[in-house]
Amino acid sequence: MAIELKMPALSPTMEEGTLAKWFVKEGDEVSSGDILAEIETDKATMEFEAVDEGVISKILVAEGTDEVPVGTVIAEMTGEDEESDSSPAPARADKPKAEPVAAPVTAETAPPAPVSRASDPAIPDGTAMTSLTVREALRDAMAEEMRKDETVFVMGEEVAEYQGAYKVTQGLLDEFGAKRVIDTPITEHGFAGIGAGAAMGGLKPVVEFMTFNFAMQAIDHIINSAAKTNYMSGGQMRCPIVFRGPNGAASRVGAQHSQNYGPWYAGVPGLIVIAPYDAADAKGLLKAAIQSPDPVVFLENELIYGRSFDVPQIDDYTLPIGKARIMRDGSDVTIVSYSIGVGLALEAADVLADEGIDAEVIDLRTLRPLDSETILKSLAKTNRLVVAEEGWPTCSISSEIIALCMEQGFDDLDAPVLRVTNEDVPLPYAANLEKAALIDSAKIIEAVKKVCYVK
Amino acid sequence: MANDISNRNLSPLSLHVPEPKFRPGDAVDYSDVEIQKAGDQARPDVSTKPAAMRDLAYDLIRVLDDDHKAVGPWDPKLDDDTLLKMLKTMAQLRAFDDRLHRQQRQGKTSFYMKSTGEEATSVAAAMALDAEDMCFPSYRQQGILFVRGYPMVDMVNQIFSNKADKLKGRQLPIMYSSTRLNFFTVSGNLTTQYPQAVGWAMASASKGDNRIAAVWCGEGSTAEGDFHAALTFAAVYNAPVIMNIVNNQWAISSFSGFAGAERTTFAARGVGYGIAALRVDGNDPLAVYAATQWAAERARTNQGPTVIEHFTYRADAHSTSDDPTAYRSAQEREEWPLGDPIMRLKRHLITRGVWSVEQQEALDVECVEAVKVAVKEAAKNGILGHGLHQPFETMFQDVFEEMPWHLREQADQADKERDIKWPS
Repeated sequence: MAIELKMPALSPTMEEGTLAKWFVKEGDEVSSGDILAEIETDKATMEFEAVDEGVISKILVAEGTDEVPVGTVIAEMTGEDEESDSSPAPARADKPKAEPVAAPVTAETAPPAPVSRASDPAIPDGTAMTSLTVREALRDAMAEEMRKDETVFVMGEEVAEYQGAYKVTQGLLDEFGAKRVIDTPITEHGFAGIGAGAAMGGLKPVVEFMTFNFAMQAIDHIINSAAKTNYMSGGQMRCPIVFRGPNGAASRVGAQHSQNYGPWYAGVPGLIVIAPYDAADAKGLLKAAIQSPDPVVFLENELIYGRSFDVPQIDDYTLPIGKARIMRDGSDVTIVSYSIGVGLALEAADVLADEGIDAEVIDLRTLRPLDSETILKSLAKTNRLVVAEEGWPTCSISSEIIALCMEQGFDDLDAPVLRVTNEDVPLPYAANLEKAALIDSAKIIEAVKKVCYVK
Repeated sequence: MANDISNRNLSPLSLHVPEPKFRPGDAVDYSDVEIQKAGDQARPDVSTKPAAMRDLAYDLIRVLDDDHKAVGPWDPKLDDDTLLKMLKTMAQLRAFDDRLHRQQRQGKTSFYMKSTGEEATSVAAAMALDAEDMCFPSYRQQGILFVRGYPMVDMVNQIFSNKADKLKGRQLPIMYSSTRLNFFTVSGNLTTQYPQAVGWAMASASKGDNRIAAVWCGEGSTAEGDFHAALTFAAVYNAPVIMNIVNNQWAISSFSGFAGAERTTFAARGVGYGIAALRVDGNDPLAVYAATQWAAERARTNQGPTVIEHFTYRADAHSTSDDPTAYRSAQEREEWPLGDPIMRLKRHLITRGVWSVEQQEALDVECVEAVKVAVKEAAKNGILGHGLHQPFETMFQDVFEEMPWHLREQADQADKERDIKWPS
């Protein structure tokens, strides 16, 4: 069987080149490693070597020919082609070879019915509630998981001796010791990598960033290593790790310290992104995050660390990842939000109720995977939707939800979906400007009235 | 005061941009490269404090002398069988690299990277480790897989991205991964494996295990922040890790001067962190073995991490996408003062009387045949070609432990659309 010699590619992006010179002629015997020809591109010259021994039977492209496309058969050789691809490709994969037929956009292409999501655990009547701050709830979640599973450990700047820059790790050093509550050198990039390696090594790290603003230098480990380890290794390796810390604007800390990274991380396959609002969710979801075999980005908010909420006194209170929560039932309009925005949306809903508008408020809780089912169900009920997000408007969670409503809820919409976000500027330090740039409940009320066509 | 400066009689500031000594066509003369005498370097006890052994970060540990004999305190005194295994593994690796590189030239795969001339830095190093020790290689340490017995056919399956590819067509050719052989998923982003290896080693120590970690990067990527963060953590927590720097003189077309080689050695990076540092003749397989063995014992006995600079030469192109004749002199390879690791070990074994030129010739043929068989076997599972080897639905797998609903919905929808566009 003749071996076809094809125009080689120097690099995966090369499309064509010049066949500069043949070093062999028809009838020549060649052996493995012999240089057969010289190929030129605008960037480089490469020698084309014989892989196998045989006789050059035909030269099909003459030397000096320009613009020879990669893959063109340039010569033929006699001999056994040991690497001929005789095996059939998997049948399923053969499909694209068939002639495409016109695909009318019909109901056939409509998305399949949503796969049902998990639900929150039932809270039995009479369950006692404890009032906890979000800070305490997060600490309790870590402590409970650390008691249960000795592979769980916490590390970050100031997490041990100082009890956390925002005191979230209060008491952990005393209970678990310096081996499991580790103060690190000041390099977010470094300890994100250390954490990823420790996770590959069988531990379950909880990496605290003093704030997510400092985690930008760690994003390579989060996205390029943690999020892809399972996939790239063909399912052989895991990187179970939680990256947590405050996210979003705090108060008067300037442009570099007031950013919401929710949309950044929520765009990355392989990551789970959680951004809770109240203490019960903070606890139940942080426990779920630590138990997860997948890498999790857990976004907290400095301004709500000190707020108190009821937390059910249930052993091992763990919540499902990827499930939104209806914070307030309503029938006229839906306000979707997450993290600190939920508080503002609830404030807005109270004011709106007084004006006769009954708003439903949804807390997304998890940003990836996004609970599209709950959003669409609510939209089907209210037919009007506003997204409230403490963050920039462009390429945001708001944009994503608007796209979702367009793609999958178009027929339910009685008004365009509006987003209420921060202004599209770095957050100013000056108090008046900072206030003006941030989202507030008045802006949410205004948007809700717009979609309800109420003055 | 600013105004005063203009009045001073100062010469203008000048900027130094490093320039390699030789460019294409230049005659190569390495006589100014300081090559220490083999056997002259002291071998400190593995418990020596880094401050008491700084000389070894600037010296060059060498075992094989000009007469091909193993000399001095670093001679690991390996038996004939171990040395023959080392030679055979390096020869097999070289044959594999040569053939797979050519496969790329014939369109059987899109990309390949050879380790020609640097075989000792992975083969001899891996042989000095325990098979259970975790390796965090860069992209040029396929020698570790050869030492640990990964089948060549599995490597070719990955390179061809065919239906037997263990990584399911997810990764660039040569970015292997093997949990079974303690070989992590090769990262295409430089030096991210450094802090990960240190983190892995810290985890091992934290669990009270006795496995250590070893990591490799090139001299060029010591400039990455990851490198420095890793050394900081390794020093601070006394992590059981061996941090290898393969100084092969070239980072694609940037010579080592762009990473700081004009100022100091790469091993000296360790000195700044208070980490034991060894600078080794990377083309001397016995020196590489001995240094790794020393560092492994040190790590395993809780005496701390070690930085090892392997002084070697990248004898071939960076990758199949590279043409080194455009930026360096072709004579460099021939003139490299530390020779070739396979040739040196071969001559040593001949000198010992356990090997011959004829046996080496037979071995080389045998190695080529073995690669041919592996490639042929792998090609039965498909070559790159049309690239339709991976079942469509696998695209959505392994993104998360359990496929979330949005991916299941995407997968279902994509499947539906395929049915409409390409009815079966």
